[in-house]
Amino acid sequence: MSGHSTSEHAKSPLTTYFAVWGALLLGTWLTYQASLLDLGRYNAAVALIIATTKALLVTLFFMHLKGASEKLLKLVVASTIFFLILLLALSMFDYGTRSFS
Amino acid sequence: MAAHSHHHNPALLHHFATEEQQRNSASFGMWIFLATEVMFFGGLFCAYLIYRHWYFGDFAAASTSINAKLGGANTAVLICSSLTVVLAIWAAQTSRRALMIAMLVLTMLFGLVFLGIKGIEYYDKFEEHHVPGASFSFEHVPIPSQPDQYANPRHAEIFFALYFIMTGLHALHMIIGLGIFSWLFWAAWKGRFTPEYHTPLEIGGLYWHFVDIVWIYLFPLLYLIDRHK
Repeated sequence: MSGHSTSEHAKSPLTTYFAVWGALLLGTWLTYQASLLDLGRYNAAVALIIATTKALLVTLFFMHLKGASEKLLKLVVASTIFFLILLLALSMFDYGTRSFS
Repeated sequence: MAAHSHHHNPALLHHFATEEQQRNSASFGMWIFLATEVMFFGGLFCAYLIYRHWYFGDFAAASTSINAKLGGANTAVLICSSLTVVLAIWAAQTSRRALMIAMLVLTMLFGLVFLGIKGIEYYDKFEEHHVPGASFSFEHVPIPSQPDQYANPRHAEIFFALYFIMTGLHALHMIIGLGIFSWLFWAAWKGRFTPEYHTPLEIGGLYWHFVDIVWIYLFPLLYLIDRHK
């Protein structure tokens, strides 16, 4: 009962792959177009939201995080994101609130 | 459980009970490595955020001097290479050897195109004296949001230092990726990958996709600061 899982996973995922590819290209075009608009302070937010959506599409569908059964793997991914946000957020709470002149 | 004794797959190492366990262990190891890579690049993104916050106008002026069309084209090239990677793995899973080899070659070609475009960008920056160091020059460049004010060249130099370190480190990852994929190509050519065993393709693919994700963030952060007119 061991070696048959690969072929079962592979029930023509091609539609998904090409849809994700199209969405990623669309996201790239959107990022570029959005940067030409004057959204004030929201320009950076829009760029980061699109980038994060693209990164999610790659990890979920191309790296097969979606459908991964191992809890240990999910723990590693969750803790990676947690520590990255900890690093960036705490640093910016400090440097972002200093009166720097 | 003596399940392993029934296996005839020579790729199953003796210290794993099943192929699935072996495959999961290998991919888990790669994910752990990618976690360290996230923290590695994370430090640079953190430095970038702090300086961008302090010197936003200077960063915007410096960012606008980079060719965003080339950066966008490179993003598309990397996205296409990620597609060819998953197609190569799919081809291995469904015993399409010729397609698998073609997709691996395409992936490497996209990787080379990416590095070529990167090279053109770097060449432009060298020509314009935008490389940090003794010949660095960024005089009388207006700040996009305040056109009557010039960017501070010292602060713009910090942007370019981050630009070269981050894209350079990313390009180094691409070169290592090309090395990994050359080996995968050779192994695929030798017929090492079957629907039952193609773990190296999946592991190499995880690495390639990660490098793609880093670029997905680098593109808007470095090329598209305050571009609007």
